[in-house]
This record gives sequence, C-alpha cells and structure tokens, in this order.
Amino acid sequence: MARAVTTRRKIINTVAAWSVALILFFPILWTILTSFKPEAQAVSSPPVFLAFDWTLQNYIDVNEQRNYLKFFWNSVIIAVGSTLLGLVIAIPAAWSMAFVPGKRTKDLLMWMLSTKMMPAVGVLVPIYLIFKSLGLLDTRVGLVVVLTLMNLPIIVWMLYTYFKEIPGEILEAARMDGANLRAEILYVLTPMAVPGIASTVLLNIILAWNESFWTLNLTVTDAAPLTKFISSFSSPQGLFYAKLSAASTMAIAPILIMGWFSQKQLVRGLTFGAVK
Amino acid sequence: MSTQSSRATARLMLSPTVILLLIWMIVPLALTLWFSTQRYNLLYPDRQGFNDFANYTRFIATPAFTAAIINTLVLVLGVLVITVVLGILIALLIDQPLWGQGPVRILVISPFFIMPPVAALIWKNMFMNPTNGLFAEAAKYLGLPPFDFLGAAPLASIILIVAWQWLPFATLILLTALQSLSSEELEAAEMDGAPPVKRFWYIMLPHLARSITVVVLIQTIFLMGIFGEILVTTNGGPGSASTTLPFLIYKEALLDFDAGTAAAGGVVAVIIANIVAIFLMRAIGKNLDA
Repeated sequence: MARAVTTRRKIINTVAAWSVALILFFPILWTILTSFKPEAQAVSSPPVFLAFDWTLQNYIDVNEQRNYLKFFWNSVIIAVGSTLLGLVIAIPAAWSMAFVPGKRTKDLLMWMLSTKMMPAVGVLVPIYLIFKSLGLLDTRVGLVVVLTLMNLPIIVWMLYTYFKEIPGEILEAARMDGANLRAEILYVLTPMAVPGIASTVLLNIILAWNESFWTLNLTVTDAAPLTKFISSFSSPQGLFYAKLSAASTMAIAPILIMGWFSQKQLVRGLTFGAVK
Repeated sequence: MSTQSSRATARLMLSPTVILLLIWMIVPLALTLWFSTQRYNLLYPDRQGFNDFANYTRFIATPAFTAAIINTLVLVLGVLVITVVLGILIALLIDQPLWGQGPVRILVISPFFIMPPVAALIWKNMFMNPTNGLFAEAAKYLGLPPFDFLGAAPLASIILIVAWQWLPFATLILLTALQSLSSEELEAAEMDGAPPVKRFWYIMLPHLARSITVVVLIQTIFLMGIFGEILVTTNGGPGSASTTLPFLIYKEALLDFDAGTAAAGGVVAVIIANIVAIFLMRAIGKNLDA
C-alpha cells in the first residue's frame, strides 16, 4: 500500500504549509514592497499593502545619493576574491587528502575544522592591531585575506567530501596513460569535480557576502561592503524606510537567488558532510 | 596505490593550507594571550608591562560581565529551542504530500540568506518600531497599546530576529534527514496500527536524533558569535540588557580602547567556545568513519 492520502488531507497540508512559508517570507516580501513606495506611504497608518503609488525613486536615490555601487563592488570583490583565493589553496589540499590519504588525514581534517570553532572576538584585538600596523584596515585586500582564512576549513571540507566520491581508479587509469599530476588534476579530476566545486563556490560566496563581524569591525568607508553600508542606516537621523528597503532589496537579491539554487548543497556544506 | 613520490607530492599540496591555518590559529591566539596579561590601552601606548592578571579580574568584575554571560546563554538557548522545535514541526509539515513543495521550500529557506544587518534593521524598523512598525499597527487595530519591543524586551526581540534567521537552517537540515527515512518502516508501523504520535516518537525522532545534534552544535557555534544583529538594533542596551560576550569584548576593545581587558575577554570566549567545540567535533568525527 502506497501512502495514499485523501485529497482533503492534501488540501489541508497545502494550506498549512503555504501559510507557514508565507509568514516566514513575509518580512522579505514587505521589504521588497516598501522599496517601491514613496517615503510618505512607507510609514502611513494604516499600512498600505499594494495600493500605493509605485515608484523607482528610492532605487535612484540610493544609487545617486548614497553611492550604493561602491559598496556593492566592495562586496563582490571581497566575496568572490576570498572564494577564489580559498579555492586555489584548498583544491590541492582536498585532492591530496581524498586520493592519497595517510594515517593522519582524519586528524588533520578535524584539526582544520577546529580552527573554525575559534570565536572571532577571541582574536579581534590582535587582528585589529596587526591590520593597523600593516595599513590593512579598511582595505579590500585585508578583508579578502581574513575571509579566505576564515572560510578555508569549510572549502577544504566541502571539496574533500565531493572528491571522495570520485572513484580513484579513474585517476589511476589517467596516470597509466601517462598523465602527470598537473594534467591529472586539470583534465581528469576538475571536470568531474565541477558540480562539487560549483556548490562550494556558491556556499562560500553566500557566507562571505553576509559575513558581519570582520566586515563591520575592519572597515570604515573605502573597503566597506554592503553589510557596513546597511548598518549605516541604523542611526535614527537619515532613516528613511523606503530607501532602507531599496538598499536592502539590492543587497539581498543576488544572494537570495544564488541561495535558492544551492539549497541542496547547502545542507551538506554547512554540516561538514554530516547530513546529506 | 600511493607510492613514495606521490606521498611527498600530496604532502606538498597539503602544506599551504596547513601552514596558513596554523598561522591563522596560533599567531592571533598567542597575541591575545600575551595582551591579556599586559597593561595595554590603545590611547596610552607607552604604559605597558605585566599587570598581575588585572585584565582578567577587571573584565570579570565589570558589572556587565555576569549580564553578558547570562545574556549569551539565554540568546543561544532561546534561539536553539525555538528553531529546533519549530524546525521539526515545519519539516514534518513540508514532508507531507502537498501541492507546491518546491516553492514552499524556497520561501521557508529564504530568511537564512539575508545578511544580518538587513534582517535586524527590517525587524527593528518595519515591525518592532513602537510608533509605526507593523506590530504597533496591529496592536492599534486591536485596540491595544503599542509595545516597545527593543526598549522593553531587547533580548527577547533579538532572540526573535535571530530565530527567524536560523529557523530555515534547522528546517532544511531536518527535512533532508526526514526525507532519507525509509517509508517502508513507517508504513509497517502504520499497518500495525501505531498512531501518528507514536510513529513520530518511536521512529521519526530517533532517526532525526543525529541531525538534531548537528543542528544544535553548529548553531551554537554561530550563535555564540552573534554580533551584527545587536550592533544595529540595541547596541547592547538599554544598559547592558542585550550585551552578549562578543559585544562586551567589542565594546572594551574598539569603544573603550582597552586592548588588554578585551584580550582577557577574548581568552574567556575562546575557553567557552572550546568546551562546546569538543562536543561538536565528537559528533562530526563519529560520522567521518561511516
């Protein structure tokens, strides 16, 4: 007997599940709607849901008056830069642990993971002082380095769990055919590992884009990414709901869409392969 | 399959990662330990030297310290309870046969991708604001006085915001675990006449146990470091009502410029995190063999 359910039951499930989903999504929906309202209607009482004078003015204002694009590019450079740099360092490491495992491989993996457990505040003082003396405060280079190191264990782990699933015989066959190590990695392993690498990249960009400890504490204006930009709206003066909403919508849209595509791999990446 | 030379190459390929992580782990931590024993105020860089662990006694004696430890615990536990309980319920609901499972999943997971400052400011301004937030509007509609969420119940409000962000994470992982449960086992129980509550208690919950552990442990690591949400909503206040350990350390370091005391606080945070980490590592390590 298959788990047949009555249509009635299915309707109840559907209504319940959609209600929960819409409640959870509502703050995001409300922000997107508010971003299209004139500033006066954004705070009108009672609130207007859809019947307002739709406008793009907030997006124009945020771009022109607040220099949104600068912060956006900082976010892109920091998130993509730290991900690519991490990938270059992590691919060889994950390769060697997956295909030439030694006695200590497991200990090594656990140790890498343990570096992730170190609370950021625990090293705030020295990192801040080191950055200050090296002139790295408020630079994109500095943030790329910190976020790379912070996320390196996750990148190595994710790649490792994907590489483990590639049968080693294929690599051996390539080697028999005379492929050297470089060719083996470039032409045999990498194409097979593309899906795994892609989801590692996606997850890491999401994490780096939303990182809100180092990006807030190590930047002022020059290298400030969107996290810092949005935080500047927290002061009561100059607070405009519609503009805040427009800036927020632009800040979350790219990541939200990437997240929707990567939700399956997300589970695996965030649980270090413990849940698949 | 590995020969001597391939082993050497493997070690070579591993070394950049290992060396970088070693530096990243040891240098700042050693400096934190060193600073924590030194008199070190960024405003008076010439006054230095060992100060008999006064930083530790000063940090622990700060009136906000006890509050910060309690607030951190309440925040972590509060969010954990909300996300795990609701996460199980929502995962069970979405796992049922229904129309539009894909879109429902997408809507439910969305809050997880919102950057902390955005999440916090949306809630602070558009929902919790006592003059024109949506909650105040709803209260007005019902004829109730508006409630000043972040002023009157700052910690509870932050718990609500953070739980909203992390509920999708718990739900998604528990849903993934639920979907790997074999339906035969459930059908067998159903045929034997086990009521839904018993099926949940004796079959589903034990199956979910490991995922719940993973959710709890991973969330704990992230929740202990919650920072951005507090910075943009309450700034730790009123008083120290929503000051957590990370926030207290940030205040000492970057607002009071007392690097020595902040470093001592950092050492305290590292010790607490390590205790949690030991449990997490065990849970994940066990799985690595499988």
